[in-house]
Amino acid sequence: MARLNVNPTRMELSSLKKKLASAQRGHKLLKDKRDELMRQFMNLIRENKQLRIEVEEGIAEANKYMAVAGSVMQREVLETALMIPKQEVELEVSEKNVMSVYIPVFNPKYRTGDADDIYSYGTAFTSVDLDGAVSALSDIFPKMIRLAEIEKACQLLADEIEKTRRRVNALEHIMIPDYHETIKYITMKLSENERSTTTSLMKVKDMVLKQSHNFS
Amino acid sequence: MSELLKTAVIGDSASVSGFSALGLSVFRETEADKVAKLINRLASSGFGVIYITEPVAVLVSDTIKKYRSQKLPSIVLIPAIEGNTGEGMKGVHETVEKAVGSDILS
Repeated sequence: MARLNVNPTRMELSSLKKKLASAQRGHKLLKDKRDELMRQFMNLIRENKQLRIEVEEGIAEANKYMAVAGSVMQREVLETALMIPKQEVELEVSEKNVMSVYIPVFNPKYRTGDADDIYSYGTAFTSVDLDGAVSALSDIFPKMIRLAEIEKACQLLADEIEKTRRRVNALEHIMIPDYHETIKYITMKLSENERSTTTSLMKVKDMVLKQSHNFS
Repeated sequence: MSELLKTAVIGDSASVSGFSALGLSVFRETEADKVAKLINRLASSGFGVIYITEPVAVLVSDTIKKYRSQKLPSIVLIPAIEGNTGEGMKGVHETVEKAVGSDILS
């Protein structure tokens, strides 16, 4: 805690009091913001964890098929089969405002009307395991999109929570105590000045009375 | 605001080939320098989501960290064909730790 370096005047005192009032108001608001952000974050992060477990399982499943397909088919044949994709996906991105944190929302758009229209090859030269791999990936893909969305949201929210928490702490533990201390200092200084003026006035009065009336 | 963005997958050939059937842009790249450059290039050329396999992501963690606090792109770690290394879940726990101060999920 440190006293601010200001002149102990009435003007400074009143401006400090105003600053203290707005600091306290800001502190209260930021604290509310932090709590709400935290609540939103906890909801999202639980979903994030669950989703990640599901996606990782789904991809592991697809990878199993892929590993088998890779072993029964020649590398080149496999690559060729997947070379020209039939499907194309684009993401329509909009944004959502969560406590003034803008988080992206992805909405996948498929080139062909049917999202399951994914097999870019004939079935004659490819292993059935490749079909399995591609279909497993296609099943998990909507969840992957959601994971991308939610993971980004969590990261952005975490950033914002950290920032807000720093602000709350700075206000609570530094700015507000400093203001309090400085206000106390100025008030004391001013009343001290007042007392000193009073005593010197009394002294002068005494002296004047003594001179004019010869009072002892 | 809405725009159409593309989706990329980065990783070793065996892990990412399958994604090309889904219509994602697949980049078979595993060298740290090239991947880092690739991520930067993709981020500035209209890619909204980048999936990257865990072993490759470890090599370019600095670049990935750089994009964590930006709105786009969203970089997501996925397990490679060798199996799950837990690196992606570690990222989730890091996020919790950053927000809450301690890892309360585990």
